[in-house]
Amino acid sequence: MTTTLDKTVLDMTAMELREVNTTLQAAAKAQANAAFEIINPRGSHAMACGLDGPLDVTIKGSTGYYCAGMNKDATVTVEGSAGPGVAENMMSGVVTIEGDASQYAGATGHGGLLNIKGNASSRCGISMKGIDIVVHGNIGHMSAFMAQSGNLVVLGDAGDALGDSLYEARLFVRGNVKSLGADCIKKEMRPEHIEILKELLEKAGADAKPEEFTRYGSARKLYNFNIDHADEY
Amino acid sequence: MDKTPQTEPRQSWTFSNSVNSEIRRAADTGIYDIRGGGAKRRVPHFDDLLFLGASMSRYPLEGYREKCDTSVLLGTRFAKKPIELKIPITIAGMSFGALSGHAKEALGRGATMAGTSTTTGDGGMTEEERGHSEKLVYQYLPSRYGMNPDDLRRADAIEIVVGQGAKPGGGGMLLGQKITERVAGMRNLPVGIDQRSACRHPDWTGPDDLEIKILEIREITNWEKPIYIKIGGARPYYDVALACKAGADVIVLDGMQGGTAATQDVFIEHVGQPTLACIRPAVQALQDLGLHREVQLVVSGGIRNGADVAKALALGADAVAIGTAALVALGDNDPKWEAEYNKLGTTAGAYDDWHEGRDPAGITTQDVELMKRLDPEVAGRKLRNYLNVMTLECQTLARACGHNHVHNLEPEDLCALTMEAAAMAQVPLAGTNWYPGKPGF
Repeated sequence: MTTTLDKTVLDMTAMELREVNTTLQAAAKAQANAAFEIINPRGSHAMACGLDGPLDVTIKGSTGYYCAGMNKDATVTVEGSAGPGVAENMMSGVVTIEGDASQYAGATGHGGLLNIKGNASSRCGISMKGIDIVVHGNIGHMSAFMAQSGNLVVLGDAGDALGDSLYEARLFVRGNVKSLGADCIKKEMRPEHIEILKELLEKAGADAKPEEFTRYGSARKLYNFNIDHADEY
Repeated sequence: MDKTPQTEPRQSWTFSNSVNSEIRRAADTGIYDIRGGGAKRRVPHFDDLLFLGASMSRYPLEGYREKCDTSVLLGTRFAKKPIELKIPITIAGMSFGALSGHAKEALGRGATMAGTSTTTGDGGMTEEERGHSEKLVYQYLPSRYGMNPDDLRRADAIEIVVGQGAKPGGGGMLLGQKITERVAGMRNLPVGIDQRSACRHPDWTGPDDLEIKILEIREITNWEKPIYIKIGGARPYYDVALACKAGADVIVLDGMQGGTAATQDVFIEHVGQPTLACIRPAVQALQDLGLHREVQLVVSGGIRNGADVAKALALGADAVAIGTAALVALGDNDPKWEAEYNKLGTTAGAYDDWHEGRDPAGITTQDVELMKRLDPEVAGRKLRNYLNVMTLECQTLARACGHNHVHNLEPEDLCALTMEAAAMAQVPLAGTNWYPGKPGF
């Protein structure tokens, strides 16, 4: 561990994962707005997970599974790509991925912003529960599956079965959608949606205009079981 | 007038009245039957086993004088803070939403008075439950309804649910009738809509991924909490081996008599294995890995009394969990509500439409008026009494077999009344030294 005036550097060639996470979790709990830089992450799993407080963490390289899992209030930036389940069940704060994100990015997230500068793989935003996700590139198939609430913004294209079995999450896609999943439909972009989108694009530093996007949402036909809709499943 | 002799009217065994009524119901409604509870069909069970008791070769312990320990330590493999229970009987996971807040409170009160743990369910952790449960196991389910790191940290153990005995391979559905504002709020969904609980976890697939998921949970909770993995009784040998590989501290194994809040009757009755058939393969997997007693095994699904507990322990379990029996102890299906069960088209003992939210006993409901019928303090004391009786019964049997700890019960203490039970439990058929599949015969 090396400390400079403005940040503490944690080297994962010299420290175990447990030691790194313990250090970060204690600093987050101290509510001191400290800054950390993690070098040589070597694709480690579960890095910077369970942070609970204002903290700035920059990871210089790519990460494995579940980076920044269950994040609360902290700002985590990955200067590389992220493995599966990045920012899973995130509660608040900001997680930024400078590269690409693997499958399940932002899964079940309750809040905060997940900002993916590259592409996201399949099941991005699966079962999301209030998180905002902005993907500057494309997203894979089955994204926003059973998504409950929050916003998924995609500047590129979406793969097959977007928003399958969607609940109340809002999906905004600028590019093409290969296919929509069960009960997901194109919806009118009303002024309030333009406002939401404008704010999210600004927060994510995305170079796009809200008017270029199409909104998708739930047709709400599958909300209560109806035998006449059995073929939809 | 002469009467021609006639054959007595004969009902078909294949097309019984019960079968025909289901055909008519399906034809009328166009949808399969959904209900709560576990398998109702007769399957080989603990009743098909007997204890041999002490005799010339074994000394019994004095019933009211000599100690027979019942304590259990769960989570000794990796967790910094294993759970110590006074008795080998825990309360299985049941959701707030499926159950009322009063019922969850009563479960917590009863379990705490008896010195054991209770378990959350799909839908998250309620204050009633946390507040009244000295030891609370927090379920980590595919839906992740209500999941958050604060509750993870204030749990005493974490149970990752892969499956359950009533429906191995199935998810769940809490129907809109029970989705009040509070239930909906905890699940981040609108009031009144059906709430699907997924059958697979959203961010891992298979035991290799699960190992990493467990690493993440341990990192978030400072490696303090025991991690349980709950599996349905599908392929117990391999499932237990893979759960060990993934890093479980404790494995909860739920046979097909284990209950659910609601699922298709066809699923409950036709998928999974009886509890009795699951235990020996599970124990064998632990023994083959050298992990028996290091990874604790909790067995559930149809546990009703101290004899069932003792038999499960004798077959190699470390503890058992009860769900349906705990609800009955609280007052579920009590004949005192018979007139109201009749209005619902059923009878006490058979009521299983828990998903409809009209439970006369006020347990499987979110209806404010019905909920008031359950006094959580009174119901909690009933559960405490029942748990105490089960424990005393288990001790009685263990002492009769000469054991000073219920964990010293062993398969050699048992015999089987039927060929099926002998084969499943791998204990001799009564009067023989043989069971089907025994090597050397």
